[in-house]
Amino acid sequence: MSLLDVSELSACYGKVAALHATNLSMSAGEMVAVLGPNGAGKSTLLRAIMGLLPTQGSVTFDGACLDRTPSHRRAKAGLIMVPEGRGIFGPMTVAENLSLGAYAVRDATQRAQREAQVFTLFPRLRERLRQVAGSLSGGEQQMLAIGRALMAGPVLLMLDEPSLGLAPRMAAEILETLGQLNKSGLSILIVEQKAPLALKLANRAYVLATGRVVARTEPGQVTSYHDLAQFYLA
Amino acid sequence: MISLSSIWPEPRQAGAWPWPGAMRLVGLLAAVVLLIFAVATNSYLLTPLGFALIYAVFAAGLNVFMGFAGQVSFGQSAFAAIGGYGSAILTGSYNWEPLAAAAASAVLAGILALVIGFPTLRLRGHYLAMATLAIGLMSYELSVQWESLTQGYLGISGIPPFGIFGFEAATDREQFLVLVAAAALSLFATHRLRHSRFGRSLTAVAGSEDAAAALGINVMRAKLAAFILAAIFASASGSLLAHFIGYISPEMFGLHLVVLGFTMLYVGGIGTVSGPLIGAVVISLLPEAIRGLKDYQDLIYGVVLILILIYAPKGLSSFAGATRR
Repeated sequence: MSLLDVSELSACYGKVAALHATNLSMSAGEMVAVLGPNGAGKSTLLRAIMGLLPTQGSVTFDGACLDRTPSHRRAKAGLIMVPEGRGIFGPMTVAENLSLGAYAVRDATQRAQREAQVFTLFPRLRERLRQVAGSLSGGEQQMLAIGRALMAGPVLLMLDEPSLGLAPRMAAEILETLGQLNKSGLSILIVEQKAPLALKLANRAYVLATGRVVARTEPGQVTSYHDLAQFYLA
Repeated sequence: MISLSSIWPEPRQAGAWPWPGAMRLVGLLAAVVLLIFAVATNSYLLTPLGFALIYAVFAAGLNVFMGFAGQVSFGQSAFAAIGGYGSAILTGSYNWEPLAAAAASAVLAGILALVIGFPTLRLRGHYLAMATLAIGLMSYELSVQWESLTQGYLGISGIPPFGIFGFEAATDREQFLVLVAAAALSLFATHRLRHSRFGRSLTAVAGSEDAAAALGINVMRAKLAAFILAAIFASASGSLLAHFIGYISPEMFGLHLVVLGFTMLYVGGIGTVSGPLIGAVVISLLPEAIRGLKDYQDLIYGVVLILILIYAPKGLSSFAGATRR
């Protein structure tokens, strides 16, 4: 059974349609990439799945229809998004940001476990625990954004361009960590413009252009840049 | 090695985390109290200082909504009016205890904030500002026109001084202590709030509503709760004002009050715990300090405000060592 089913999902900003009847589905344990050029509607797709803007069509997650579920309930159901630009809370400390990630988690032992997991993944966050988040480097902020999302206990982690604005090496490091998380069983839906990076890790990919899915790849289908270029051109 | 769980508020470790900040706050308040006793012989300053403390309560509430939650309201004067008129009418016409009257008014203000906030808080930015401005204007008109209840422009006089359980704060100095206690309580409450789970969720909403919602925070509920809290603070300040002066009129709860509150927040330091108090004291005493300048008074007042905002854009509290945290 699929974990996430997006069917005929459309969204618009005012009168401008940004997403046209998009279909997407993924199974538990998968890592799926959404690729596409600027303005293709990738971020809109994630925001629509999260319920952050008015939509038509339907989103089914973990067997439950989310069409009438507000965003914060979707988050509680395990649908967690790392927004574009990371969305960390600059004036707050690293620790406060992390504890906000666990906002909906009341069980102290569960929080402690997740905290340990986050620190294993990103030891640097532990060193900077009492530092104001706005003073972190870009890479550290992205680590914090992912760490904060993990504190929420995601069933499906959605990331909007985690490599944006990062040095190539840092971007690779972040994506590698996401690959590890996926191998340990976490389902991940990742939006990326840097297709080669994402494709190295993802099982499958959807290609979006002007608000529509123009191509989807099967596992192992895309192995080279050249293959991908064909998808973009198709 | 620092553990994350050690800085979660619950379960709190005894004597550990929120107290250093609270101590600083207590120090600040002690300074204020000292100042008060220094001027106690000079009853001339007691009145402006009393106003300062009342405004501090008002601004502390506004600070929860604007500073912590990052929203904007021009309508807080309406809730202060509910407190003022509620206290005046309940103690004057119905012989209620001042504390009970203030509490009842605050509950009414809170309920009204819930009813008003539910539709208006869906608006953001300028739209929210306009909607709340309308609330303030309506409450002003209401207090002018509903003469059977408010006596219109005449206002209500003969309001007894504040008192608790039969004890009446009759002298100026006793009234003063009541106001000091009220302001201290407000600041302590906002300090605790800031470092609570709820307080962090407000800061998250101020940072990004989408990011907050994506973490499981009910953004609408958080904003509504902040709005209700601000209304309760405003109502309390209105009640204090009524008892302190012994008289209320519609003008006292007009747009002027909102402008004062905003000025105090920005001068003192919006989003900080001590900012509302510092701003309220400075803004209330500034006119007294420059009274001798006669015709140039307003001019100098404006210049001083501009200088403060240029050289302390984060508010005077950034100088006091009582920083943003």
